[in-house]
Amino acid sequence: MISLLTYTLKNLPNTSKWALRFCMRPLSSSSQLQAAAASQTKSKKTLAKPNIRNIVVVDGVRTPFLLSGTSYKDLMPHDLARAALSGLLHRTSVPKDVVDYIIFGTVIQEVKTSNVAREAALGAGFSDKTPAHTVTMACISSNQAMTTAVGLIASGQCDVVVAGGVELMSDIPIRHSRKMRKMMLDLNKAKTLAQRLSIISKFRLNFLSPELPAVSEFSTSETMGHSADRLAAAFAISREEQDEYALRSHSLAKKAQDEGLLSDVVPFKVPGRDTVTQDNGIRPSSLDQMAKLKPAFIKPYGTVTAANSSFLTDGASAVLIMAEEKALAMGYKPKAYLRDFMYVSQDPKDQLLLGPTYATPKVLEKAGLTMNDIDVFEFHEAFSGQILANLKAMDSDWFAQNYMGRKAKVGLPPLEKFNNWGGSLSLGHPFGATGCRLVMAAANRLRKEGGQYGLVAACAAGGQGHAMIVEAYPK
Amino acid sequence: MVASRAIGSLRRFTASQTLGCRGYICRNFTRSSALLTRTHINYGVRGDVAVIRINSPNSKVNTLSQELHSEFMEVMNEVWSSSQIRSAVLISTKPGCFIAGADLNMLNSCTTSQEVTQISQEAQKMFEKLEKSTKPVVAAINGSCLGGGLELAISCQYRIATKDKKTVLGSPEVLLGILPGAGATQRLPKMVGRPAAFDMMLTGRGIRADRAKKMGLVDQLVEPLGPGVKPPEERTIEYLEEVAITFAKGLADKKITPKRDKGLVEKLTSYALSIPFVRQQIYKKVEEKVRKQTKGLYPAPLKIIDVVKTGIEQGSTAGYLSESQTFGELAMTKESKALMGLYRGQTQCKKNKFGAPQKEVKQLAVVGAGLMGAGIAQVSVDKGLQTILKDTTLPALGRGQQQVFKGLNDKVKKKTLTSFERDAMFSNLIGQLDYRGFEKADMVIEAVFEDLNLKHRVLKEAEAVIPDHCVFASNTSALPIGEIATVSKRPEKVIGMHYFSPVDKMQLLEIITTEKTSKDTTASAVDVGLRQGKVIIVVKDGPGFYTTRCLTPMMSEVIRILQEGVGPKNLDSLTTSFGFPVGAATLVDEGGVDVAKHVAENLGKMFGERFAGGSLEVLMQMISKGFLGRKSGKGFYIYQEGVKNKNLNSDMDSILASLKMPSQPDVSSDEDIQYRLVTRFVNEAILCLQEGVLATPAEGDIGAVFGLGFPPCLGGPFHFVDLYGAQKIVDRLRKYETAYEKQFTPCQLLVDHANNPNKKFYQ
Repeated sequence: MISLLTYTLKNLPNTSKWALRFCMRPLSSSSQLQAAAASQTKSKKTLAKPNIRNIVVVDGVRTPFLLSGTSYKDLMPHDLARAALSGLLHRTSVPKDVVDYIIFGTVIQEVKTSNVAREAALGAGFSDKTPAHTVTMACISSNQAMTTAVGLIASGQCDVVVAGGVELMSDIPIRHSRKMRKMMLDLNKAKTLAQRLSIISKFRLNFLSPELPAVSEFSTSETMGHSADRLAAAFAISREEQDEYALRSHSLAKKAQDEGLLSDVVPFKVPGRDTVTQDNGIRPSSLDQMAKLKPAFIKPYGTVTAANSSFLTDGASAVLIMAEEKALAMGYKPKAYLRDFMYVSQDPKDQLLLGPTYATPKVLEKAGLTMNDIDVFEFHEAFSGQILANLKAMDSDWFAQNYMGRKAKVGLPPLEKFNNWGGSLSLGHPFGATGCRLVMAAANRLRKEGGQYGLVAACAAGGQGHAMIVEAYPK
Repeated sequence: MVASRAIGSLRRFTASQTLGCRGYICRNFTRSSALLTRTHINYGVRGDVAVIRINSPNSKVNTLSQELHSEFMEVMNEVWSSSQIRSAVLISTKPGCFIAGADLNMLNSCTTSQEVTQISQEAQKMFEKLEKSTKPVVAAINGSCLGGGLELAISCQYRIATKDKKTVLGSPEVLLGILPGAGATQRLPKMVGRPAAFDMMLTGRGIRADRAKKMGLVDQLVEPLGPGVKPPEERTIEYLEEVAITFAKGLADKKITPKRDKGLVEKLTSYALSIPFVRQQIYKKVEEKVRKQTKGLYPAPLKIIDVVKTGIEQGSTAGYLSESQTFGELAMTKESKALMGLYRGQTQCKKNKFGAPQKEVKQLAVVGAGLMGAGIAQVSVDKGLQTILKDTTLPALGRGQQQVFKGLNDKVKKKTLTSFERDAMFSNLIGQLDYRGFEKADMVIEAVFEDLNLKHRVLKEAEAVIPDHCVFASNTSALPIGEIATVSKRPEKVIGMHYFSPVDKMQLLEIITTEKTSKDTTASAVDVGLRQGKVIIVVKDGPGFYTTRCLTPMMSEVIRILQEGVGPKNLDSLTTSFGFPVGAATLVDEGGVDVAKHVAENLGKMFGERFAGGSLEVLMQMISKGFLGRKSGKGFYIYQEGVKNKNLNSDMDSILASLKMPSQPDVSSDEDIQYRLVTRFVNEAILCLQEGVLATPAEGDIGAVFGLGFPPCLGGPFHFVDLYGAQKIVDRLRKYETAYEKQFTPCQLLVDHANNPNKKFYQ
């Protein structure tokens, strides 16, 4: 057991350093890899299943992801969602009346637009005959939106579905306290002046203290950052490893941005402000500077800091999903197939963020693939510590045997295929919108790097998780 | 003396041995140094931090024994003399336990107070050295840190504790009739302030880690970890050690100071306490409160106040001296011996001597959602046991479900549970009106009215549905289990489980086996009881089993004493001042007059004259007037919602007057009245052992104290006889025998003990 631990201990930072160096190298060497990956794909089978419709992603877009409180701060969530929908219409030129259904994911709901999908669709000029609904599943909300679309198409209910997600953390619904709300509602019902006065006389100053949306897990009252810090400690992941991984994410994102690889981003003219064209949270720093930060959750000795966590983000994303035959009939050249997917859940206290570890082996098994078949990994990065803990857990036979009821570990995803264009740590993480970004990143990377299979995985509050296989559409 | 000399030589021996291999330790510091001769402590060095890991072999807990003490001293001497080491971490690698306290066997083997004082002084010296250490020592606490363990921890320069439910800090010595004898009376008041220190030492209550942090008892908290690539408990201890090492380094580098900022309230209190007059007033207040609560029956609490006072008023040298001497004195008192005996008995009664049952009970069913049934359900669901609660009507069932919910919700209000945990626990409870699901039950506990026909009906109904392996347990306080089992198709699966009300507060469970009850059925019942958190005695079937049978003659005496003209208030104060937690008259009211009558009538028939005394007529008249005790609002007293001081029920005067008995002056002094009650109880208890109803004296003591409120300071009937002398008790009985005849005839076993002073129930 100890030898296993030291092995992973030694291995992890090394590979991440290696990957870091690798990505700093000139382009020529990375094209070598592409060539290698491309040659590998030829031998692989397709995952099409008999009697089940093939479902494709035609294309997908997202607004630039911005730090909360910056250019999007005066908008409402449906404004952002609208921007993503308009961007998708523009990018794909899909006739609005072809769309059978619209589904959006979101987490912190604006009470005025609780079905934000419908409000955004109407505002974006979609047909008022197209129904829309909103789903919520914490950080995998837009994954849920996409898989709901897959279900609707696979079962023959729809042919064309728009799925997306939105989050606006610049503004959150802060409520009156329960006591104040109760008093206001009672006042509403009171008929006589005497009744009203008697209700008002019960008013106390503490009624005015507001109620914030919970940042902590409802079941455990623990904030996610706190849980991530404990998770990192449980897997013995050092502060240095976490900072290194965060730096990798930012450096790769910067490189991808500079090289124009983030093609899913569509510019957004914010009313009353300049046009926003790119993500603004990508900030490669230095390890020295990151080391100066104090722990954000477990004070004073924790390891999770602002620099190695994803930040509060505003943003929206949308993808156009169709039955393959419909897409072809309409003359589209789809980007990717959406194949097997899997939802998992586990203990929300101690394994809150281990969803990818649980989902990965299951989805691979379901698709009949192994870790070696995957050319592109796109994992949601909530915290550096969370990613590294998942990597260690996936590489641990002990964990697989004792907690997942499996005979052996699924194995470590090779870091050179892992989140190569940055991740949630650097690009940002608008809770409801990240899932579509992951799928589009996987699809775009498969096209660019020439692989066949991509694996998308994410963790979510409530101790849930998701994974999906994305297969490149043959060129 | 011999013992201490032997230990002294042992210490010299081990010291010289490690001296020889010191170089070896240094070279191999990163590896485990378990190769050394030390058995309790494993010691290594990380960089410039010494890591001292405690793990006593062959025990679930670490205790401060002589060996641990000397090994620790030896290791500390190495730490102090090594130039390479700048700080140290003290940690236990035993899961769930830092140090659970001093080794009680060590104290019990002492025969004089001087010996005990010497043990205390040795510990004081060691901890003083530790306190004055120039190299900072960090205590890393995971699990119970009690008594001597806490004294060790507060002598260190810094404390880090895991925020685990198992991490509890406290000074429970007072519960054993002694005081913290290794410096806590002197250090604790300085560390957490006098009020908090008094509270800890006088109540013995355990303090959870988060509260300890707020009080300043610990400096940092570490969250327990979940699974990683090794078991969570193991990794949590490792992590605690890693964190402690960084703090030890920080302290050595003076980057962290051990001092903490005091809040405004604390500053004000400490200012107020700097005025001698205020201090005197506070001592007086605390003493008054203690006197009122202990009624002078427990010497330890007052001594603790004295010792703390000595330290504060006369300086720490006098304080330490007073602490060690008082510690020696207290350890030799009867009260302390009785309480320690009870503690040992309690430990025994928390084990399943019948072994693991063949099939663990996963699905429980409770029939009857009254006070008892709902109580049983509550202590089951909160331990994760799936429980069906069945009653016959929706209102009765609803009342029971509400009782369970309220019990859990009260814990949420006290913040020992989260609302989410409450909901999850409550979801283990299924309320229903029929026998659906009983086919999957592993155990049925019936808690219906005490009526044999009803119990027979429930047994037959249940047996029609339950599977073959299912245990049928009857919760009854007096109906013989054998009689209940007569209608059973499978009497080997029938057992008695006598819970005490309120079930969630009373620790005792009396399990009753008939001649036909199988061993596996007993094992299963004990297992469920232990999971419900109970202290368990297992007795043989018979009228009144053990507890009810002991109580009945005493209750008969209570009625007679009342008939002889002693008022209920007077009787209550006589019994409470003898050490009973509840007065005798109040006890009748609390238990219910109808229940008392029912039991007295039944057992009276069975045991005849020995159970005679007061007239049953008193109880019958009370019942006819509706004076059923607290539940009906009237008994000997009047009970009103929200009224704290209860008044006498004046209507009782006429009943008692009409049934007045002449009192016999030579057996009616206050002391005689107390002894008439107690000796009847004790005599019956010993008869139970003589007849084999009880298997061991320890179970008899635990049953009497935890179930019936027998004075804990006396240690239960058997300790009482041992400590006060069987002869004295027989003399008392003989004296009362002349007045009241057979009711006071001492049983043979007691007479045997009186005739042979070497005979003891506890050797």
